[in-house]
Amino acid sequence: MSGYVPTIGLEVHCELKTETKLFCSCRNKFGSEPNTNTCPVCAGHPGVLPVLNRKAVEYTVRAGCAIGCKISRYSKWDRKNYFYPDLPKAWQTSQYDLPLCTGGEVKITVGGEEKTVRLNRIHLEEDAGKLVHGAGGTAVDYNRCGVPLMECVTEPDMHSADEAVAFLEELASVFRFAGVSDCRMQEGSIRADVNLSMSRPGEPLGTRTETKNLNSFRSVRRAIEAEIRRQTEVLESGGKVVQETRRFDDATGEGYGMRGKEDAQDYRYFPEPDLMPVVLSDDDVGRIRASLPELARDRRKRYTERLGLPAYDAEQLTCDPAVAELFDGAVNAGANAKKAANYVMSEIMRKGKTAGEDGIIVGISGTQLAELLALVDKGEINLVSSRDVLDRIWLTDETPSAAVDALGLRQNNDEGEIEKLVRDIVAANPGPADDFRKGNEKVLSFFVGQLMKATKGKTNPKIAGELVRKVLSE
Amino acid sequence: MKITDMTLLGLVRAMDAGEVTSVEATEATLKETEEKKDLGAYVTVCAERALEEAKAADARRRAGERLPLLGVPIAVKDNICTEGVRTTCASRFLENYVPPYDAFVVKKLKSAGAVTVGKANMDEFAMGSGSEYSAFYPVKNAVDKTRVAGGSSGGSAVAAASYQAFAALGSDTGGSIRQPASFNGVVGLKPTYSAVSRNGLIAFASSLDQIGPIARTVGDCRAVYDVIKGHDAGDSTSYAGDLDKGERVTSLKGRRIGVAKEFFGEGLDGEVRAAVERAIAFYAEQGAEIVETSIRSFDMALACYYILSSAEASSNLSRYDGVKYGRRAEGCRTIDDIYYKSRTEFFGAEVKRRIMLGNFVLSSGYYDAFYLRASKARTLIKRDFEQALSGCDALIGPTAPTTAYRSGMSEADPAAAYLGDVYTVPVNIAGLPAISVPCGNGGSGLPIGMQLIGRPFCEETLLSLAEIYEKECGR
Repeated sequence: MSGYVPTIGLEVHCELKTETKLFCSCRNKFGSEPNTNTCPVCAGHPGVLPVLNRKAVEYTVRAGCAIGCKISRYSKWDRKNYFYPDLPKAWQTSQYDLPLCTGGEVKITVGGEEKTVRLNRIHLEEDAGKLVHGAGGTAVDYNRCGVPLMECVTEPDMHSADEAVAFLEELASVFRFAGVSDCRMQEGSIRADVNLSMSRPGEPLGTRTETKNLNSFRSVRRAIEAEIRRQTEVLESGGKVVQETRRFDDATGEGYGMRGKEDAQDYRYFPEPDLMPVVLSDDDVGRIRASLPELARDRRKRYTERLGLPAYDAEQLTCDPAVAELFDGAVNAGANAKKAANYVMSEIMRKGKTAGEDGIIVGISGTQLAELLALVDKGEINLVSSRDVLDRIWLTDETPSAAVDALGLRQNNDEGEIEKLVRDIVAANPGPADDFRKGNEKVLSFFVGQLMKATKGKTNPKIAGELVRKVLSE
Repeated sequence: MKITDMTLLGLVRAMDAGEVTSVEATEATLKETEEKKDLGAYVTVCAERALEEAKAADARRRAGERLPLLGVPIAVKDNICTEGVRTTCASRFLENYVPPYDAFVVKKLKSAGAVTVGKANMDEFAMGSGSEYSAFYPVKNAVDKTRVAGGSSGGSAVAAASYQAFAALGSDTGGSIRQPASFNGVVGLKPTYSAVSRNGLIAFASSLDQIGPIARTVGDCRAVYDVIKGHDAGDSTSYAGDLDKGERVTSLKGRRIGVAKEFFGEGLDGEVRAAVERAIAFYAEQGAEIVETSIRSFDMALACYYILSSAEASSNLSRYDGVKYGRRAEGCRTIDDIYYKSRTEFFGAEVKRRIMLGNFVLSSGYYDAFYLRASKARTLIKRDFEQALSGCDALIGPTAPTTAYRSGMSEADPAAAYLGDVYTVPVNIAGLPAISVPCGNGGSGLPIGMQLIGRPFCEETLLSLAEIYEKECGR
């Protein structure tokens, strides 16, 4: 047992989902053709000037309000100067000594234990472009240049990979529910740098390293675990950890040093002369605070305490703000909470699941869901055919009842009619009928299945089951 | 009278009266640019384009349209972006750079009907006081070709002075409009910081840069200034309030003109001092009260200016990296090659000096001693000017300590050349408006300029004070 404990702080970069970029009116959109969302301003042409997107300030303040930051009434912009081909002006407009938000905290639960991770600050800055390496050389895509980016810096309050990942998940959830960012790892809209040092309890913190630009929760976990192993080995073999900037290679699962302290870049920060300071009144902050939607944590509490849902359901329903919105919408439109929860957790999640680890597409409204559940409840359709209805109304505003009619799915609840069909099927299958009489209960479902097949699923399965038993028992 | 000898306002009147056309004025102007090519006033002459614009202007005038600069041939300094016309900043780096957009002021000129004659030569990236640091060829003084044109808007001043344009746009970061105006015997107005949009002005020092007019008369300067001033939502530092806080002074009775002793200290040439003192005497005779005042932080200004402007320049010029536009050195194998070789090859010595100085004052461990102290000095300088101007309508002093000096002197001792900016830079640091007006000639016939400095957005006060002097004592 080494006795070394890791201390971890994170710097999380999170893209805001504003319509336009931070300092120009280009669209903030992922996945466009290279260099199509660009203009002279974000491409850093000579003579251009930035104009602040107030929405980005509003979103950052909203994010700050969501995690209890102190919102600065006066903050300013600074230039962070460095050369890199993805940075067309050769400086990043950022906030150095007067960020928009300071303090704040995020509560996480790890191993059943609640912990608090404090934030040092959140500031707003612009994203850089992207290098595209190809056979013919390296090209630059400036689409991402100038996309608004929040940088959230934590205090060194985490002590394991689990805690760091739990923090990131909670932070992403807060930002998604606050409506300020999609926090999609795959699109690079949330990225993290890990600061990590090892020390024995009671001793001062060790020398830290910074592993930069981790763009999935999985990479964060693996990078932390690898760095803990590496530093522990160094210390146990009597060596010293060198302060350095590191990269983590996802393919090999290994980190490697990039540059040491002596090669650290001098960013030559100074106040951005082309922008005015951001001045916010108490009214501005109050208005933004009031616009903050209910966060996941508060929703979970409400679902369990007020709606009586199990904790598991509450957790599932708050995995994504769109899912929670759908659920709340359905309940508000009169759906039974537990039934709505079950349906969302099974059918909607299945259908809405996207290819990656990021997010769920919700293709119906709460009103549509409530009506669909009512149709099932009243026996107009069964659960199985509700899937066809769902497929039809997905991403449209057709009412479920219209879809049921259009698909001819309205269920047959007429016992006399069903009984006649049951008798025909039993007569046509003497073998399985005998099996039942010999005590094989399983063949019941065979007969229900045959009936459903014959009626294209439009028979009330409950009535069908009862009638099959009745006829076979005669 | 030659068409080109007319004032800008005279030309507009003549065109409105149908006595001359814009095509005639433009052809005459283009002829001057041909004949005076050796002065080096232009980097690019847009002959064809200008004639098309002139034809269009004549057609509009025939159709009854009247605009303040309709059909007037004007020069634009080559650090102001013109869509489709290369804009070089007189640098090898941007030798082939054609901007995809017009600067705000160029849009303003166009909507006022102006004809763009061409792009005026200058010191590379506006760094210099002689227009000798153009990467292409130096600008020569309009009065004496063996002397410098002044700078950095030397091409603009010489174009106006030598009838190669009826007026010109310049830019002034530390005196770059006023000093060449003074060296060539024309009028140059540096407006209040934020009165004219910087959108499309290729930045040298963003917190000090300001576009303004240079012309042969005060009235012509006013006409151009009235067109280019105004709020621009595309420049976050652009002033959205009342730009006309000044007043049209008609009589000097009861007016107060301040004389700060720091403007008449050591290093001021005797004949320049005498000329400015005569102008002061004129104002006094006209009934103005001459008030003695002081800018106590004056001595800090030059150092403050070279720290702040170089710091901003080092950042502003970092975008010229050989990656996106402009030129790239040949034979580069790595990205560092592209940076080092391109910047080594395509920046001139003065630009490199300022970039190095700027990076030094911003670097870790030196920031507090230089940039931060200079920022504090800026606050003091502003306050001192504010106090001095609270007791008078304007301050008066020389624009430059000397008349135009011989070519080739500043390269030998760059630091000494910086001293020539001593009277102009404090005004940029304070963000105030100032005008340079001819006030006689030195012994060798070289023009002398005096400078009037005013309160923020009181350009009209300066223009009308200058106009009174011009009317009585001007050419």
